[in-house]
Amino acid sequence: MPKPPTPLPATSSGTASSGTASSGTGSPEDASSGVGAGTRPTQPAQRPRVLSVEDLGVRLGGRQVLSDVSFHLCEGEVAGLIGSNGAGKTTLLRAVLGLTPVSSGRVSVAGGRGRHQAVGYVPQKVVLDADLPVRARDLVQLGQDGHRWGLPLPSAAKRAATEELLAGVGALHLADARVGQLSGGELQRVLVAHALAGRPRLLLLDEPLANLDLHSARDTVALLDCIARQQGIAVLMSTHDVNPLLGVMDRVVYLAGGRAATGSTDDVVRSDVLSSLYGHHVDVLHAHGRVIVSVGDDSHSDDGCDAVPASAGVLVGGPVHRGAGAR
Amino acid sequence: MSIVHAVFAPGFFSNGPVQAALVMGAVVAAVCAPVGVLAVLRGQSFAGHAFADITSTGGSAAVLLGISPVLGFAASAAAGAASMEGLGARQHGDRDLVTGTVLGGALGLSALLLYLSTTRQGTSGATVSVLFGSVFAVSSANWPWVAALGLPALALVAAAYRPLLLSSVSPELAAARGVRSHLVGAMYLAALAASVALAALTIGAVLSTALLVGPAAAALGLSSRPGRAMAWAGAIGVTSVWAGIVLAYDSYSWPPAGRGWPVSFFVVALVMAFYAASRAGAHRHGRSPAGKAA
Amino acid sequence: MLSGLFSPFMLHSWEATSLVAVAAGAVGFFVVLRGSTFAAHAIPQGAFTGAAGAALVGTSTLLGAGVFSLVAVGALARWGRRGRHDVVTALVLVGMLATGSLFLSLGSQYAQQTFSLLFGEPLAVSSGYLLPTVGLAAACTGLVLASYRRLLLSSAAPELALARGVSPATANFLFLLAVGAATTLALPVVGALLVFSLMIGPPAAARSLTARPGMALWLSVLLALVTAWSALVGAYWSNWPVGFFVGAAAVFWYVLGRAAKAWGHRPRNAPAVGSSR
Repeated sequence: MPKPPTPLPATSSGTASSGTASSGTGSPEDASSGVGAGTRPTQPAQRPRVLSVEDLGVRLGGRQVLSDVSFHLCEGEVAGLIGSNGAGKTTLLRAVLGLTPVSSGRVSVAGGRGRHQAVGYVPQKVVLDADLPVRARDLVQLGQDGHRWGLPLPSAAKRAATEELLAGVGALHLADARVGQLSGGELQRVLVAHALAGRPRLLLLDEPLANLDLHSARDTVALLDCIARQQGIAVLMSTHDVNPLLGVMDRVVYLAGGRAATGSTDDVVRSDVLSSLYGHHVDVLHAHGRVIVSVGDDSHSDDGCDAVPASAGVLVGGPVHRGAGAR
Repeated sequence: MSIVHAVFAPGFFSNGPVQAALVMGAVVAAVCAPVGVLAVLRGQSFAGHAFADITSTGGSAAVLLGISPVLGFAASAAAGAASMEGLGARQHGDRDLVTGTVLGGALGLSALLLYLSTTRQGTSGATVSVLFGSVFAVSSANWPWVAALGLPALALVAAAYRPLLLSSVSPELAAARGVRSHLVGAMYLAALAASVALAALTIGAVLSTALLVGPAAAALGLSSRPGRAMAWAGAIGVTSVWAGIVLAYDSYSWPPAGRGWPVSFFVVALVMAFYAASRAGAHRHGRSPAGKAA
Repeated sequence: MLSGLFSPFMLHSWEATSLVAVAAGAVGFFVVLRGSTFAAHAIPQGAFTGAAGAALVGTSTLLGAGVFSLVAVGALARWGRRGRHDVVTALVLVGMLATGSLFLSLGSQYAQQTFSLLFGEPLAVSSGYLLPTVGLAAACTGLVLASYRRLLLSSAAPELALARGVSPATANFLFLLAVGAATTLALPVVGALLVFSLMIGPPAAARSLTARPGMALWLSVLLALVTAWSALVGAYWSNWPVGFFVGAAAVFWYVLGRAAKAWGHRPRNAPAVGSSR
């Protein structure tokens, strides 16, 4: 795949203070401040970098899924990984986890410890049988020692740690419930506790808001923001809708066509930047504090079907998601 | 006293084969419990059953070659596990197909071996005894083999307990925690093969599947904790085997022939009754132990 | 040595074997598509129990096999809807086999009879079998062809099928019914233990050779015919049990299918590392 025709913008001016490997050699005018909505006030001093992705490329089954993706995350930052279905969000997360082999570039996670120790992961879809004899506290405990050999020994310290983790996500009352009988939002919290149990420095979540109603989605975002701020964990979550994350994101990684635009919300979610990413004109509209990205494929833009997520035409950030795209 | 005699026919406790059957049946049920719970959670009941049939191939080969049946059972279970692993039985979509293919090949071979041993040696009873077995035919000479198969099976499950449990919950979560699911899956397959070989050897192929799957499936509804579910499975399995042996011993005085009914019939009936009761109980508590739609 | 293979005496064997192969190949296409290998292995054990029971009370083997196949199908369809599929299948299977062992122990069957019920005896197919065999084969193939589209849709995408008014439970029942019919038909010819091999081997190869479902169905029938005929010739020539050839052929087809797939994927996948598909 050829290089992007136009240079993509660099990371946000506030956080990318040191000369970073993540810069895509952005043109200076792109990095100027955008419209007022979106990114929360940039943090002051630089903090230790937790994740660096440099010129990442991934080929799967002979297809180039990702190319030249660069960004980085610091301690306590929240980043949104935005893109339509099939844009490569899950592939990127799996590459960061080390579950998908990288064909070019580099992914490094801070800390000399192994990748699995430093990264917590909440997959998009965990289907559990209702009769699974595993309680929420068992699942969280497996987050601490699920990779260890041998039988687990009862330990008061582990039990206390488990309950603390469950309390931290507001799910202590679910400790003795079977995991297969939790609702979507409840299971999400328990899975976050499971992921945090390994004391990670980086938390990855694949579409954590996909199956939640508006209220639960807001709660989940608030919870993740709180975890990032209080525990200094970097959070990277994928979503196809940028709106629920407005106001908490320090950084956006916007994926389209296997390439990425990264930076602050105001720097990335803009008509000119997304147009160059998609390779054709993209409108970014601001209405009532929400962002609407209208990606009209040239060939389909006239027929009024540009919101159907089948082809390149995807409505990101619209209040209503149609059809399979939202499920 | 008369009630005791009505339940336990005279001579029950002093009968050598009965004693051996009681002990051996309990040991097998105890080994099958943890392995079986994991088999049910991992959706590997078919593999568990396949191993039972595959070991009958080894049994037939042993009859033909005149070697110890135990050797045949163990070797064929190992060969079955290796070929399932080699053909890629770990891929979820194709797993049942691979299991079935290996099983079909083994059964075909079994047919040939039984045919050859029948025609060459005139041991025509081999078919039924190899497939259906009988717990009363267990000899105490098998004890070393019971230990040699049962202990490694338990050790493998204990060693990989937490990774196995986590990957049964979600392979994705296990991979993210650094569990090498291929290795853990292969370890489990070996444990499954060993415990099923043990069960098929001592109590027959039919009963081994019943003891592997039935008590485990019944136990899932009884406890929300993995360890306790395994304990329940063991208790149900041992109870079914013992009660089945008592009934089979009693049935020697039953119609029509006075030859006794097969133990496997009673044990399977009891196991299924436990499963039905557990399902009904779970249903009444408003929990439907629904599986994945597949 | 093979001169007697086409003697009038063998005619019934050829006819019965061919009918069995057509039915098994057609049903097997859906067995593989739905991933129902275990069910296809369990239902024949029900048929075996039925055959043993028929010997006990002195009725026709085919009748006993048919009735008990239906019992197994009903149990799978009823209890398989809720609960874990493979657990229900395993329990139905052992329940059937345990009943079968009871019938065997109560009756006074010769080991030889049991052996041929388990492993098949196509050379001994009598003319009495032929009429019911034709009927069953027609019913089974007709069922598969008539419900081809709804079975295909509900196997590939149950939700889509439901949206089009095809209930997954009904589709599953139709499918199991077809398996039961094919089993009953095949029991005397191929034997209870190896019917499922004839059902999974040919379609496993067929689906790797073509991506078009209709084509795969016909190819599956064709390969099943090749399997059954070779097994018949092999059994006649060597006097070995036909089940051996059927089981070996299933392994051969599966490996062939995998090889074809690997070969077909190679050019596109060559530069890729790790997980394909």
